[in-house]
Amino acid sequence: MSKEKFITLISGAVPLPVENIDTDQIIPARFLKATTREGFGENLFRDWRFDANNQLIEGFVLNNKSYSGKILVAGKNFGCGSSREHAAWAIHDYGFKVVISSFFADIFKNNALNNGVLPLVVSDSFLKRLFDLIAATPTAQITVDLQNQQVKLPDGTSEAFEINAYKKTCLMNGYDDIDYLLSLRTEIRAFDQAHA
Amino acid sequence: MSQKPKTIFEKIWDAHVVKRAEGYPDALFIDRHFIHEVTSPQAFDGLRQRGIPLFNVSRTTATADHNVPTKDQHLPIKEALSRHQVETLRKNCKEFGVELYDLGHPFQGIVHIIGPELGLTQPGMTIVCGDSHTSTHGAFGSIAFGIGTSEVEQVMATQCILQYKPRTMKIEINGTLGKGVVSKDIILYIISRISASGATGYFVEYAGSAISGLSMEARMTICNMSIEMGARGGLIAPDETTFNYLKGRRFAPQGAAFEKAVGQWKQLATDEGAVYDKVLQYDAADIAPMITYGTNPGMGMKVTDRIPTQHELKEISEQASFVKSLEYMGLEQGTPLLGKPVDYVFIGSCTNARIEDLRLVAGIVKGKKKAAGVEVWVIPGSKQVEEQAIREGLDKVFAEAGFELRSPGCSACLGMNEDKVPAGKYCISTSNRNFEGRQGPKSRTFLASPLSAAVAAITGKVTDVREFI
Ligand code: SF4
Repeated sequence: MSKEKFITLISGAVPLPVENIDTDQIIPARFLKATTREGFGENLFRDWRFDANNQLIEGFVLNNKSYSGKILVAGKNFGCGSSREHAAWAIHDYGFKVVISSFFADIFKNNALNNGVLPLVVSDSFLKRLFDLIAATPTAQITVDLQNQQVKLPDGTSEAFEINAYKKTCLMNGYDDIDYLLSLRTEIRAFDQAHA
Repeated sequence: MSQKPKTIFEKIWDAHVVKRAEGYPDALFIDRHFIHEVTSPQAFDGLRQRGIPLFNVSRTTATADHNVPTKDQHLPIKEALSRHQVETLRKNCKEFGVELYDLGHPFQGIVHIIGPELGLTQPGMTIVCGDSHTSTHGAFGSIAFGIGTSEVEQVMATQCILQYKPRTMKIEINGTLGKGVVSKDIILYIISRISASGATGYFVEYAGSAISGLSMEARMTICNMSIEMGARGGLIAPDETTFNYLKGRRFAPQGAAFEKAVGQWKQLATDEGAVYDKVLQYDAADIAPMITYGTNPGMGMKVTDRIPTQHELKEISEQASFVKSLEYMGLEQGTPLLGKPVDYVFIGSCTNARIEDLRLVAGIVKGKKKAAGVEVWVIPGSKQVEEQAIREGLDKVFAEAGFELRSPGCSACLGMNEDKVPAGKYCISTSNRNFEGRQGPKSRTFLASPLSAAVAAITGKVTDVREFI
C-alpha cells in the first residue's frame, strides 16, 4: 500500500514533554482488538485524554485547544515497549505526520516510517528549545523540510536531522518496503530452497 | 583463516542476507515466523488485497494467546471483540493454510513459550513475530526480534524483511549468583543499570560464566526482556545446555540429522578477536533480588533498597517523568518497598511461565498458604506446561496454598483479556512491563522474579526472598 508523499510540512506542534512514553500509553492494549488499520486515532493516548468515566481530562495537552497541528513533540525514548504498529496507526490516524523527539525506540521508528509518519530526531538542547518555544507561543509554526533534512523554528534557528537515504526516498515518494521485496522474489526463492 | 573475526550475531545475520544493495537496507531471510491474533489480521488483509499467498507457509506457525480467557477455555470467548480477533485468526489460517495451535490444541500457548518447547526455535535461525518479546528465542543462539504489522505482511509475502544491521553489544556477567537470585533478577538488574533505552540500536549478546551456567528456561527469561532496555534483541551462544534441551523436541531435527545440526550449531560462537560496538561487564555477586518501583522496567532496585529521590537522578530532564511515575504508583521518593502490601500476585507471561518457573514457585510455597486478601494467579505459558505441572503434582501444591492455577495465555501481562488488575491495586508480577495501565487501567505493577512473587503471595507484602530460604 503506498502512502501519501511527504516533502515539506509547516505546522503548529503539540508538546508532550514526558520521557519514555511507551506504546501502552500511545494506544492501550484493550484497544488493539480491531482487525483493520482504521479508527485508532480515537483512542490515541486514551488513558491520558479520558478519565475512568470517559470524561475529558482538561489538563492533558491533546484536550487543550491552544495547541494544534500535525507535529507531536515528545520527550526522549518515545515509543518504547511493544511492537504494536497500532501505535503508529493511532498517531497517523489522529492526524500527526511528524513526531519530534531526541530519541526513539527502534521498532516504533520502523513502524512510523512504514506508515508515512516521520520520526524526527533532534538534539536534547534543540528539543528543550522547542518545548520552551511552544510554551511561550502555542501557535508557533514549525517547518519540517524533508528534502533538505532541516527543522526550522519561527525565530529563524534550525537544526539538521538525519534520515536514512532509503527511508527518505520511500517517504518522499510514498513507497513501501514490500514493493522492493516483492521485486526480489526470484532471488528469495532460490535462497529459501538452498536453506530448506 | 584470513577472514575477519565475527560475532555470533554477525555470522547469523550475514548468512541470511539475500540481497545487500547500495542505498538499501539488507533483505534478510527469515527462517521462522510466529503469528498471533493481535498483530496479524491487517497483514493477512494486505495479502488478500494483493491476491498473493504466503511465500512459504511451512515457515509460519500461529497460536492464540493475547486475547484468550484463562478460565473455561472450552467455551466461546465472552468478549465480542476478542472473540472476533481469535475467529479472524482461525479464518485467516484456514484460508492461507497456516498451522494454527488454537484454543484447545495440545500445543497452544504464549507464542514465545511454544516456539522453544516445540523445537521450532533453533540455533542459527532468524526468527520474527509481530511481538516485541520475540527476543526470547535468542536464548537458543538465534537472531530473533519483534516487528510491526507492515513487516509481518512483508514476511508473509516474501519471507524477508528489510533491515539495517544493528550495532552489537556484549553484556558479560561473571561470578556466582547469590542465594535467592535468579535470572529475572539478572535482567532487571541490567536494565536498572543501563535504563529502558540503554541498548536501543543494539543487538545484545549475553555471555560470561553466570549466563552459561543457566538453564534454557532461565536464559529465555533474560533474552525475553532485552527489548525492555531498547535492544533489538538479545542472544546467548548455543552450548550443550541448548542441544540437550532441543534433543527429541517435536520439530527439532531427529536422529542423525540432529547430530549433524549440532555440528553446525557448534560453529555459532563469537570468534576470538571479534569486536563489539559496546561491552558491559557486571559481577554476579553484586546482583540481589530485584523489584521495580516505577512505570518502566528501568526503574528497578534491589528489594532492600529505597526508591531514589528526584535529586539523585542523573539528568534533571528525567525529574518530571520520575515524579509523574511515582505519583501514578502512589509511592513516595526515598522510601523502601519492603513491607509494602500487595493485592495481586501474577505468576505468568512469556518471561516466567515455563515449567521451571512453576517448579520454583511450588518449591517455595509448598506447605504454606497465601496471605488473606491477596489474589494469586498462576498462569502456565502453554498447554504443555500446564499438563506437565499437573503431572508433577504442582497443581496440588498451588491449590493447598490458595493459588489459582489457570489455563495458558498472556493473561494479566497485558490488559487485553479478562484477567485485569483493578485500578489502584498493587500487583507483584513476573511479567516484563510495569507501564501505566499495562495490567489494566490504573493498575500498579511491581516486576519481580517468580521467587519474589511467590513469597509476596505468602506474606501479603513485598518481601526479601532471602529471609525465606
Ligand atoms: S505474555 Fe505478555 S509480553 Fe508475552 S507475548 Fe503475551 S502479552 Fe506479550
